[in-house]
Amino acid sequence: MKYLANVTTLQFFSDKCTGCGRCVEVCPHGVFEMRDKRAAVTDRDRCMECGACAKNCEFSAIAVSTGVGCAAAIINSLIYGGEPTCDCSGTASSCCG
Amino acid sequence: MQTLKFVKKEIPAWTAGTVDAQAGPVFRVSSDWSRADYWGMIKSRSSAFRMNYAVAPGLYAVGSPTKDSDVFVTANYKLTFDIVRRALAGMHAWVLALDTKSINVWCAAGKGTFGTDELVKQITLARLSEVVSHRRVILPQLGAVGVCADSVRKETGFRVSFGPVEARDIPAYVKAGYKKTKEMSLIRFSMFDRMVLTPMEINPMMKKYPWFAGGVLLLFGLAPTGILFKQAWQSGMLFLALGLAAVFAGAFVTPVLLPFVPFRSFAVKGWIVGMLTTFLTMQAMGGVPGQSAFLLVAVYLLFPALSSYIALQFTGATTYTGMSGVNKELKVGIPVYIIASVISLILVVLFKVREWGLL
Repeated sequence: MKYLANVTTLQFFSDKCTGCGRCVEVCPHGVFEMRDKRAAVTDRDRCMECGACAKNCEFSAIAVSTGVGCAAAIINSLIYGGEPTCDCSGTASSCCG
Repeated sequence: MQTLKFVKKEIPAWTAGTVDAQAGPVFRVSSDWSRADYWGMIKSRSSAFRMNYAVAPGLYAVGSPTKDSDVFVTANYKLTFDIVRRALAGMHAWVLALDTKSINVWCAAGKGTFGTDELVKQITLARLSEVVSHRRVILPQLGAVGVCADSVRKETGFRVSFGPVEARDIPAYVKAGYKKTKEMSLIRFSMFDRMVLTPMEINPMMKKYPWFAGGVLLLFGLAPTGILFKQAWQSGMLFLALGLAAVFAGAFVTPVLLPFVPFRSFAVKGWIVGMLTTFLTMQAMGGVPGQSAFLLVAVYLLFPALSSYIALQFTGATTYTGMSGVNKELKVGIPVYIIASVISLILVVLFKVREWGLL
């Protein structure tokens, strides 16, 4: 399953990559693979902007704006202000479980 | 009073004695699930019960772990913890539960509670460097959203290995020399996975349904002489049924059949399914009252859009949708939903006005 094409904010700077393989280890959608001892992006459209790769890249070779990919959270933030969160505006029925 | 409270504190049913660790005895957990554990899973999959379904954070033992045993880190959401202890059946290992406020690993990592600081804190509190002689902790892969492995190593000396996504792959991962196959590092979203998420899509919508029903009955019951209940029911019933059908379409059918519904956009998927259920409901109910063209247009404008809106909410529960995509959908979706609702409302009012003979 793939979501919308050409929307991800994922950026990969291969000149900074040292080939440690952390991004391959953490990406749950197989966006990265090792090619010639360096990471390479396979299919950008599989990226869901979770941010695991950027958070664990010691060499700042990856950048991505992360956020809650949840319509309810974004709508709530539009109505009540603030950043979208998983807390569903403080009601007891949070989306996360 | 403090001591009394402590003494009275119950020993959880899923424990099997204690094991001595450096910072004192820790509970040994059983790998079996009791009826209470299954019941807890059902409740937390379907209601707000999940918000307070937690185990105490800290160190636990599985089997009879030693200084050389592996340390698996997890969340303190009881359902997550249960899945981990079941996966570790027959092994000797340590389990370190982070205080994620009864939230699963992935969501907690997104919020930052399954994060670098909390991991460092729990490693320190458990005196892990004295409990084990090696310097490695194994995290669920999805925890990488909140934990920076490099910072943990700098602060505690422990190296972080991100293990498989699913706890059930832990034995195979260990057996393979702590190596993941590609399969183990990919998150899936099977029909079963999607199905178990639907109660939490349907329930919040059904909580709002009485408001919708009240509005519909009021609108259709309005007459120059007051509110006519018989008329409200006769004309309103179709809209009530269509409302239920839209919830069913957006919160159940679309999620379950997700990859089989055409297009990638959730709004479009939901609209297509909503169109189908609206059509079928109309067939079953014999069309709009009085064969009114106003109502016919209102029905096909409103209910597929409602299903589309509800389907869009499922983006919060999937394993593959990102914020940029959802933003893009909403930018187009919200104005469309508002316009569709307003036009539908105007059409229903026009139908009423005509019914009263004023037009």
